[in-house]
Amino acid sequence: MIASWELAMIVFSAVIVTIYGIVVGLFLLGVDRKLAAHMQARVGPPIRQPFIDLRKLLIKENVVPDNAIAWIFNLAPVVALASSIVILLYLPIGSIYPPLGAYGDLILVMYLLTIPALCMVAGGFASGSPYASVGAQREMVTMIAYEFPLAIVVVAVAWRLAAAGIQDPFTLGSIAAHPIWSVAGPLGIVGGLLLLLVMAVVTPAELSRIPFDTQEAETELAGGLLVEYSGKNLAMFYLSQGVKTLVMAAIAVAVFIPWNLSSIVTLPEGVALVADLLFFLGKVILVMFLSVSLVRVAMARFQINRVVSVFWIYLGLIGLVGLLLLMADAALPAAGVLA
Amino acid sequence: MKLTRSFNRSLWAFHFNSGSCNGCEIEIVAAITPRYDPERFGIKLVGTPRHADVLVITGPVVKKMKDRLLRVYAQMPEPKVVMCVGTCGISGGVFYDSYNLEGPVDEVIPVDVYVPGCPPRPEAIIHGVVKALEKLERIQGGGR
Repeated sequence: MIASWELAMIVFSAVIVTIYGIVVGLFLLGVDRKLAAHMQARVGPPIRQPFIDLRKLLIKENVVPDNAIAWIFNLAPVVALASSIVILLYLPIGSIYPPLGAYGDLILVMYLLTIPALCMVAGGFASGSPYASVGAQREMVTMIAYEFPLAIVVVAVAWRLAAAGIQDPFTLGSIAAHPIWSVAGPLGIVGGLLLLLVMAVVTPAELSRIPFDTQEAETELAGGLLVEYSGKNLAMFYLSQGVKTLVMAAIAVAVFIPWNLSSIVTLPEGVALVADLLFFLGKVILVMFLSVSLVRVAMARFQINRVVSVFWIYLGLIGLVGLLLLMADAALPAAGVLA
Repeated sequence: MKLTRSFNRSLWAFHFNSGSCNGCEIEIVAAITPRYDPERFGIKLVGTPRHADVLVITGPVVKKMKDRLLRVYAQMPEPKVVMCVGTCGISGGVFYDSYNLEGPVDEVIPVDVYVPGCPPRPEAIIHGVVKALEKLERIQGGGR
């Protein structure tokens, strides 16, 4: 049974996390656009550009097409935004323990990650536009494709932690407290690097960014899933895109680079919290730069059939090799092969 | 219509070809290259009229495109600005007496900004966007 003060704390922290997620998410989108512009030798938009875009979208007319299923069409953006914010409640932010950390683990986060994508699929099918329907089908195919490598990453990391005798290996708290690098031996570190690579490739697919943005392909599908969305509804999807960017970067940070500044250098209480938050933001920007901005500037879009083979065949194999290396790393010293 | 200042710092443009010879398209693409970089003012091309604030039309309106142009114009959410790029859209240009022609763009839908030239230089297109911004600012002044 949850005590009432505990419930009040959760509600309070949910409000804080909502504001934090939206502001930082939009800031990340701005940083991404600025970095991409600089890589193309452009000046680029100001970092607050996504906030300006959002304000503009909120004053635009909100069109619901005649042949759309209005309630699904209007509900999808709200649920997409809400569910991406909910994921943040399960993820550690800096040295702050997640508000709902005791109630869910990495498996739950993995399932919650599909909800924003499913909302976009529902919204796309409800738009009543052929472009949006094709986009929705492609989104489903992409989702099926990247879930497999993502599951391998999650299971492999948790299995290695369990093999090292750590309690509750699937909870984000214990994953963040025991980085895979400190638990595993040399073989395991190679395996961990392979899993890191898989995670870095899954991230742009999860965020439907180039090279895996086949479902929104502007040049072929005129915006795909979002083709009929305008005004307030488009603003919601824009926001959930920002929050999802933060979520994916925060998952990668929690699983692979969970160190805090306060655990390396000793800092006074109040300063440590702020320093950890800033350090966390720095790590998130680093992850986003390497797996989203850099990749989307350097690459073109994959065809939808290639997306599936990239994830199932190549990344699936890389992930399985990583998993095998982690298993060997745990099994060989136990069997006395390696001292 | 009440507009906030953020409107003209984030103009999303949808490009519509109503029967152009592709000369103006090439110049529009040139105007969004890193050399001119309109994204620093928040201007970007979008793939669907639903996301657009500015409708950029090139070419005279041919008979087959009239219905499509009206439909795309109606699909854009308010508030919206229409920009006509190139001489053909303004007067019909070299096609002025063609049997295929419905007429210049402003005989089909209301046009806010004209950018003359065959084709107009990218600088002229950017100047046209500046004029569109000024027009939006006037609308804002009236809305307050």
